Amino acid sequence: MITHYGYIDGSGEYFIVIDSDKCNGCRKCTEKCPQNALEMVTEFIDLEDKTVAAVSETHRKKIRYTCQECEPERNKTPCVLACQQGAVKCVWKPL
Amino acid sequence: MTELPKEQKEFWRWQEYHRVRNDRNWKNKDVITAGVDVGSVGSKAAIMIDGEMYAWAVTRTGSNSPDSAKKVMGMVLEDTDLKQSDIQYTVGTGYGRVNVPMANKAITEIACHAKGANYIWGPSVRTILDVGGQDIKAIHCDETGRVTAFLMNDKCAAGTGRGMEVFADLLQIPIEDIGKVSLSVDEDPPPVSCTCVAFAKTEAIGLLRKGWTKEKVLAAYTRAMAIRMANLVNRVGLEKDFVITGGQSKNIGIVSRIETILGVKTLPSPNWREGGLDPMIAGAAGAALLGKALYLKSKGS
Repeated sequence: MITHYGYIDGSGEYFIVIDSDKCNGCRKCTEKCPQNALEMVTEFIDLEDKTVAAVSETHRKKIRYTCQECEPERNKTPCVLACQQGAVKCVWKPL
Repeated sequence: MTELPKEQKEFWRWQEYHRVRNDRNWKNKDVITAGVDVGSVGSKAAIMIDGEMYAWAVTRTGSNSPDSAKKVMGMVLEDTDLKQSDIQYTVGTGYGRVNVPMANKAITEIACHAKGANYIWGPSVRTILDVGGQDIKAIHCDETGRVTAFLMNDKCAAGTGRGMEVFADLLQIPIEDIGKVSLSVDEDPPPVSCTCVAFAKTEAIGLLRKGWTKEKVLAAYTRAMAIRMANLVNRVGLEKDFVITGGQSKNIGIVSRIETILGVKTLPSPNWREGGLDPMIAGAAGAALLGKALYLKSKGS
């Protein structure tokens, strides 16, 4: 499941996108995030509970500001680079 | 003093109801499961017998999730020959899912909605827009109802059921008529600029003062909401077999505007007033279905 964490508002689109089918729960992205914006959550997939990375709830509604420093528009943020599975990417389109 | 003055009527209030499908033969009851979807505004419950919808109920969520869960469960059992103890597995879902006392397991509403939409409309459904009381979810799923992509916007209440309730109240139009009224303008005015419901309300009051009709204000607000929702659907992936669930699926003003913006017709909704399933119970239906799968899995079959 590909989850888009973030929002579209009047100023553009801001999403950190995590593919829980690719995520192997290694936690590397959560360790590399300078803002501590990522956490591990339990997701219900194919009748099983799986531990996967997610953007923590407190940051979802202000992600534009949380992630700004890492320059997500280049899609080379520490979380993206940390993931060897290619499960994390940024969709950042400020207007 | 028999009737309330007009300004004290509850224009936001929508119909609470329960239904049992006694038109079929439910003799062989192997697996009886329930799904309880405690949303931010509405609580829904569904009982399934061997994976087929037997009864459901829709009510308002109170300030206390466990009480709302108990209330809606009581409603759904009414007029059935079942007791709470007959239910073999219950799944709680929705905003208040961790507070459903009778639930064997809590599952996020995303998984439940996709499964439920797959049940209500069939396996061709790929794109689901759930417009809830307090958030909007866009879901993409496969032919089994498994979620492939998901996006939720809960940043604010504009463009949700709660926002519509605020507008129904402000404009003194019963919530069930709001879609029809919003479509009674010849042409949509420019959408309201504000996405926040509190500010949109302020803006609407300003427009009313400027001499805009209620219909025109409502059309502008509904259009702004539809544009927001359409953006989310496009991001998650729009496909031809597209449905809208949640309370706003009953708002024809929203549905028809989204269809125009996206250029896709939604699959026709079953008519709950005429015995069909209700698009509002997709989450509860999915929860009951996942409950059946979990129950069978726990029995090792």
